[in-house]
Amino acid sequence: MSEITGLTIAELRDGFRGGEFSAREIAEDYNAAVEAAQLLNAYTLTTPDEALAAADIADQARLGGNPLPLSGIPLGIKDLFATLGFDSTAGSRILGGFRPTYDSHVTANLRKAGAGMLGKLNMDEFAMGSSNETSAYGPVISPWRRKGSNVGLTPGGSSGGSSAAVAAHIAPGATGTDTGGSIRQPAAFTGICGIKPTYGRCSRWGIVAFASSLDQAGPMARSVRDCAILLEAMAGFDPRDSTSLDLPVPQWEANLSSDLKGKRVGIPREYRIDSVPAEINALWDQGIEWLKDAGATPVEISLPHTKYALPTYYIIAPAEASSNLARYDGVRYGLRVDGESLDGMYSATRAEGFGAEVKRRIMIGTYVLSAGFYDAYFTKAQKVRALIKQDFRKAFESCDVILTPTAPSAAFGIGETTDPLAMYLNDVFAVPASLAGLPAMSVPGGLDGLGLPLGLHLIGNELDEQTVLNAGLAIEERAGFTARPERWW
Amino acid sequence: MSVTNEQVRHIARLARIAMSDEELDRLVPELNAIIGWVEQLGEVDTDGVEPLTAVIDQKLRLRDDVVTDGNCRDDVLANAPEAHHGFFAVPKVIE
Repeated sequence: MSEITGLTIAELRDGFRGGEFSAREIAEDYNAAVEAAQLLNAYTLTTPDEALAAADIADQARLGGNPLPLSGIPLGIKDLFATLGFDSTAGSRILGGFRPTYDSHVTANLRKAGAGMLGKLNMDEFAMGSSNETSAYGPVISPWRRKGSNVGLTPGGSSGGSSAAVAAHIAPGATGTDTGGSIRQPAAFTGICGIKPTYGRCSRWGIVAFASSLDQAGPMARSVRDCAILLEAMAGFDPRDSTSLDLPVPQWEANLSSDLKGKRVGIPREYRIDSVPAEINALWDQGIEWLKDAGATPVEISLPHTKYALPTYYIIAPAEASSNLARYDGVRYGLRVDGESLDGMYSATRAEGFGAEVKRRIMIGTYVLSAGFYDAYFTKAQKVRALIKQDFRKAFESCDVILTPTAPSAAFGIGETTDPLAMYLNDVFAVPASLAGLPAMSVPGGLDGLGLPLGLHLIGNELDEQTVLNAGLAIEERAGFTARPERWW
Repeated sequence: MSVTNEQVRHIARLARIAMSDEELDRLVPELNAIIGWVEQLGEVDTDGVEPLTAVIDQKLRLRDDVVTDGNCRDDVLANAPEAHHGFFAVPKVIE
């Protein structure tokens, strides 16, 4: 039998049900692996007893002949999700010690499906970052290293604890959230899969809000099938989120098929950017060949407003964030720093509680929403967002799924990117689908010359996660990506 | 358009974030770089375009006008930095 921590979720599920190993053995192996990987700084909190308790329930359920869909599977949970009785801090000092008295809808769904919890995963503060360097807990270190180098690399962000944990085999799968690429870019940087579903598939209730019109939860795991399994458990209607979609959850796993006959794959010409390394464009071309081999027909498409997506995002997301983060005032939860007055207490609390990137974004958001600038910035961005959405609507008249690279580079070193604008450019390929609320996924495609993973990115039409997953599966089968980081931690 | 030191001080006040002079000095050029960059949206012709407010078309649901939660005062207060007699406590605001 192969090592338990080396198995996919589908393999764990089937092995557990077949009696090859118990849920308790799975939980014990993972607890030990988590304990031994502290150098990665992937977890902000470990909950080994919680994993064991869920495992014992799973073992009982199996004996009774009634295992649940995720019985026996322990997961890592991004610290953005409220978890009943366990600190949920969004990687921020201002939420230090915040222990929710409720579960987010997504984590409650996972519990109901039988999943256990290994712990809470590190992340960029309030999910604002692309490298995990803005976390109050310090950066997560990627398990991957450049060939012949021991420079610490970023696992991407904001779901960097999630990506590092899955890639390092200290979680079989994890929850992530994606506002402008925060599932897909870290998945690409660490050689794993991650999908952001259509906006509204997963309830935002109990997820610390960053930019509400963009935030969406999704799974990160080692295979396309595992993503389908987890997403089925996470998604579902929730009346407590006014934008939750009141639709049945499709059977994504049962309907997985890598036969793409009759499918048209859109190749957007605006995503060919000269400054992107040749290796990434070559992988993109290889991806087109793989999808052709699966029966699909490539078609050139145009998304003319692509270059305006990032600036649009960097008005809308900070604007929504400045409004959402107004709630951190030292009164109801988290940090309080005394001041001379009530107002002074607010300002002192927020000065000490927020990190530099979060302050920067609150400031930008406050500025673009302030009297006299609202129309010039915020309304303008909402109009351009409408045009970006329209670009995709038109494109999906002539194609069924879109293929692009996930990120414009492989993982970079911690501390290498200090200019905020240069950091924002990491999400150049990911942000347009976020602005349009579309399902999108990153699947590992290969390694670059330095031995670092590169991802391919699939964008689907509204509600069509299935085609995204199927095209992802077709790539996965052909890429044969089995590379793993060599253990140094 | 670029922001001045004075404007940034005003924004920080609106956002209720206390800032030292050094912090403000550092932030002004950073904000100006970002604001200058987002201003490229000015190139886009948006005449007659309705601003997008809902990314997936859906109607806002109405629920029955009945109490759906409540009776959880202690839960609500559980994480308060300071609570007294079943209320959030703040520094004195009236002399």
